[in-house]
Amino acid sequence: MLELVTISTLNGVLYGMLLFLMASGLTLIFSMMGVLNFAHASFYMLGAFFGFQISQIVGFWPAFIVAPVLVGGIGALVERYGLRNVHQHGPVAELLFTFGLYFVIEEVVQMIWGKGPVDYRVPASLDFSAFTAFSTNYPAYKMFELLTAIAIFAVLLAVLTRTRVGLIIQASLTHPHMVAMLGHNVPRVFMLVFGVGTGLAAVAGVIAGPALVTQSNMAGLLGPILFVVVVVGGLGSLSGAFLASLLIGLVQTFAVSVNLSVADVLGGIGVAPPAGGPLSDLWNVTVAQIAPIIPYLLLVLILIFRPTGLMGTREH
Amino acid sequence: MISRFSTMFCAVAATVVAALPAAAQDTVKIAYVDPLSGGGASIGEIGLKTYQYLADWTNAHGGIAGHKLEIAAYDNKLNAQETLVQVQKAIDSGIRYITQGNGSAFAAAIEEFVAKYNERNPGKEVLFFNYAAVDPILTNEKCSYWHFRWDANSDIKMTALTNYMKTRANIKKIYLINQDYSFGQSVRKEARAMLNAKRPDIEIVGDEVHPLLKVTDFSPYIAKIKASGADSVITGNWGQDIALLIKAAADAGLQVDWYTYYAGGTGGPTAIKQANLADRVFSIAEGVPNDPYEPAREFEKAFRAKVGVSLFYPRAVNEIRMFVKAADEAKSVEPTKVAAKLDGMNVTVYNGGEGFMRSDDHQFFQPMYISSFGPISKDQPFEEENTGWGWTEKGKIDTPDTMVSTSCKMNRPS
Repeated sequence: MLELVTISTLNGVLYGMLLFLMASGLTLIFSMMGVLNFAHASFYMLGAFFGFQISQIVGFWPAFIVAPVLVGGIGALVERYGLRNVHQHGPVAELLFTFGLYFVIEEVVQMIWGKGPVDYRVPASLDFSAFTAFSTNYPAYKMFELLTAIAIFAVLLAVLTRTRVGLIIQASLTHPHMVAMLGHNVPRVFMLVFGVGTGLAAVAGVIAGPALVTQSNMAGLLGPILFVVVVVGGLGSLSGAFLASLLIGLVQTFAVSVNLSVADVLGGIGVAPPAGGPLSDLWNVTVAQIAPIIPYLLLVLILIFRPTGLMGTREH
Repeated sequence: MISRFSTMFCAVAATVVAALPAAAQDTVKIAYVDPLSGGGASIGEIGLKTYQYLADWTNAHGGIAGHKLEIAAYDNKLNAQETLVQVQKAIDSGIRYITQGNGSAFAAAIEEFVAKYNERNPGKEVLFFNYAAVDPILTNEKCSYWHFRWDANSDIKMTALTNYMKTRANIKKIYLINQDYSFGQSVRKEARAMLNAKRPDIEIVGDEVHPLLKVTDFSPYIAKIKASGADSVITGNWGQDIALLIKAAADAGLQVDWYTYYAGGTGGPTAIKQANLADRVFSIAEGVPNDPYEPAREFEKAFRAKVGVSLFYPRAVNEIRMFVKAADEAKSVEPTKVAAKLDGMNVTVYNGGEGFMRSDDHQFFQPMYISSFGPISKDQPFEEENTGWGWTEKGKIDTPDTMVSTSCKMNRPS
């Protein structure tokens, strides 16, 4: 039991950190610009494919730096020449713009790299097991993922709360007009945030690519859950996003290991559920089987009972 | 000048005349309806390459009843709705043969669609050749005259697997992990029933289903298998679900025996080698590349040289060869006539031995083989995915022993 708890905790934290790398950029973009960036996970996918392509030529470590910078640059260009023009037509137009962008990026990726998975491997320098817990090996690469995520969280938090740039971004979150009145170039701040946000998603992509599967549907697999993280964590709250990522990572991992069903619970308190009948499937579905939808249940509940999210301060 | 022109003219005319019979000769098209994008793409692409190779091979060996064979690819995106849209599209463009394999849920949709279509459009019948969808229901409750299945169904495979497991005394605790849809459910049900009957002493310590082709990280499931104390795992997983499952097991250092249907699929062998599970992963199939049967070895060699991957679907070879045989015998590529010939047909199968298409339910029966993956000896020419390891036969189940009963009450065209 202790073994399962320990390993599940490690796995959950790891998955949560991956979510955080992506959600951090998304939550900043969402709260600053009011743009629900549907294409955010697409930048994550671009990161993975760029990482794959560059690491083929110059190795993993240069790719780890170059790919996010390139993707961040593309993100900044998208903001400067796409989103900024669309912005005048209101939030619905922006939403549709990023929605379209999602499909465009997916199609472009399919055209260049094909629809199947590419052979993106863990670099040899990290291909060993870091430690063994309860006779389960823990790959060094996963430790690297974990440490990178924590380092990025620390740096982001420091920049946002301790520097002048952070001050302006923080102010733009709550009082964008006032910041503009004070003579700051708010559009440029937006471009910067969009670029950094998409760059962060790309970091997640470069790291997750070898661990998961690098193929053209990877954006679709992780995209929806990002919105859960952002809403649960609270708009514009980096700490909220961090907390929500961890929470969802842990909930999903632990749910997989719970074999309890409604029938078991009823049986435990001495009530026998009706055997057979059209609802018998419902009684016998285990928590493990519904694990993938639990985060979305959480999303619905949070929106009903605490619309600002766990740590959000602004009503949207 | 004039003479040069006339020579050229003659040459051109001669070419045109020579080309005439070829142009008049119709092409027979098979619509290949399988996932070519998303989670099933890796396996769908390999199937497509296999069929394209088989079409080229057929055309190089005299074609099919005097016609050229061609494969048309349709991407069903692993979605039942999209599958039917694509089948309709294929039929609209004049195609009368459909082949599909990945996903029994989609095969069931096609089987039903084709049966209805044929009822409503007499004279324009369409045949459905199923090369890999193994849910038993397709040749039992839902059976149809227009559907032919070349892969051994799940019950046959499980019968063979459990017959082998019966002899393995080291199995004490079994964990079942399968995909959450009709096929996966049927695997877990049959595994439970057959193990209970054949080895009641084996304890089933886990019975898991997970979403089909959606899981990217199996570590949580591996942690659970480990915690259960299982010494062996049974899984019907295919595509990325088997490769990623074993990959996660490799990462975590899980040491168990794996009894699988499809461990030979893309990425599977690499993961097994990485986990260093020599001869601990078993697979059930209708052919083993390293078997000393020369015709199959030669075919495998030529196939690998041209396509660059192993022949994952020996059953597809049986399918196309029998299609050609049926059409040649009927001297026609008319689906009703081909179907009448396929019904009950006896052949020598790809890997040697006798096979036949049972008339009662259109299920093909053939010898089945259990093999394990590990280091190979000098006289075994085929390794997988550059691992240096290959498949070695561990047991053969002859055609009569693979026969299972059917509940099919087939509606035959009068």
